[in-house]
Amino acid sequence: MNGAFDLRIGESHIEVHKFRTGAILFTALFALVIQAWFPLHFTRASLLDLPLLVTIYFGLSRRNPSTGLLLGTVIGLMQDSLTPTVPLGLYGIAKTIIGYLASSIGARLDTEHPAARFALTAGFFIVHQAVVAVTRRTLLAQPESWLSLHLFGAALLNGLVAVFLFILLDRLRRQS
Amino acid sequence: MAAIPSRHKSLVLLAGIILLQVLLLAVQIKRDSQGRLIRTWTVGAVSPFERAGSYVFGSFRDTWRNYFALRGTKKDNDDLRRENDALKLRIAQLEGKAAEVDRLASLLHFRQSQADVPMVAARVIGRPPVNDSLTIELDRGEKDGIRRDMGVITPDGVVGKVIETYPHTAQVLLLTDKGSGVGAMLADSRIQSPVGGVGEPLVTMKYVPNDDDVSVGARVVTSGMDKIFPRDLPVGTITEIKPGNPFKQIRVKPAANLEKLEEVLVLLTLHPLKQSDSAAQSAPAAANAAPPQVSNP
Repeated sequence: MNGAFDLRIGESHIEVHKFRTGAILFTALFALVIQAWFPLHFTRASLLDLPLLVTIYFGLSRRNPSTGLLLGTVIGLMQDSLTPTVPLGLYGIAKTIIGYLASSIGARLDTEHPAARFALTAGFFIVHQAVVAVTRRTLLAQPESWLSLHLFGAALLNGLVAVFLFILLDRLRRQS
Repeated sequence: MAAIPSRHKSLVLLAGIILLQVLLLAVQIKRDSQGRLIRTWTVGAVSPFERAGSYVFGSFRDTWRNYFALRGTKKDNDDLRRENDALKLRIAQLEGKAAEVDRLASLLHFRQSQADVPMVAARVIGRPPVNDSLTIELDRGEKDGIRRDMGVITPDGVVGKVIETYPHTAQVLLLTDKGSGVGAMLADSRIQSPVGGVGEPLVTMKYVPNDDDVSVGARVVTSGMDKIFPRDLPVGTITEIKPGNPFKQIRVKPAANLEKLEEVLVLLTLHPLKQSDSAAQSAPAAANAAPPQVSNP
């Protein structure tokens, strides 16, 4: 498969991107490593959720809900596996949903514009945290705060980082 | 089987994967008070069906037990009622037999105490259907040695005398009949006077002069003067004394229960009878219980 092809929905034409071989797997692993390493040196870095950003990016770009949710599942479960205090499935569920939503929305909207990326990422971050909170509260019976100013700040930060990160990741796309 | 539309396949996949991860969470999580979450969920998911199944099964079972299984209950109930009636009848029969045994034992005891007196036991098999005729019919007759004018007694006292005999039965005129009479005397004072029936439960002692001391409760026994009953056979107890002219009007309650006779003894001789122990014992007691004598008019 080469480059990108057009997905025709209604009157609009949305481009479906392909990536270099192993690019998605490498990016996901790299994001997980960075996510584990970065907060050790930069406390504020814990606000970032790089695996989530990678999930969102490839979901928006691939625009295939099935692959999007599978990618979210894999990344989420790996993130859970690397966190001893978190049961397997907590972030897996959240990132599965985000992967599905991102790829579903990406199939309907043009998500190449930085503003759209910023808004979508911030929104997905809040949804992601909400799913985590619901899972903790309902399934695990663990206390978890709902929406807070800290959460909105983190959402904005992740949205801002996503704008620049996604530009870097665009370089992994195959040229059409 | 209908194929899932392609646009829904991803949704089904999403639901499946989320479900798998929820189960994965449940397997891992162990709540302090309720055990593993998967167990809690499983129990929570299954128990409503179990309760529903139990309710439905219980309803069917109760319906079966309370309605269908009771179809034979009426028959069982009828059978049990019949059995109950039969048992009641059986109990009544046994009670009757027990009472009969007691009476026969009493007769036997009396018979053994009078071993030298020939007598035959007979069963009362009937009464005439005429109210003013105080007679009974026995199941023994001439073939058993019974003849007219023989005395009939029970261990308690005089019953009457044979007035008619047949080969296998005999008729007895009770002491209470108007035409009945027996030679009698007071057991203690030995004052003699015949006792006869008046057609009532009590008999009368007819010829006791007003001058004689007689008290209520005094025992009356046979005197042997009638040539039917031997001497000293209990006749009854004085219950009422009224002054008369020229004789006292004395009412005597028969010693034998003439209303409920079932077995009797027919005396086949006129030899004197020895007084039974019970009669001998009751004599002084009756004398002690006697009220003051009625004065003469």
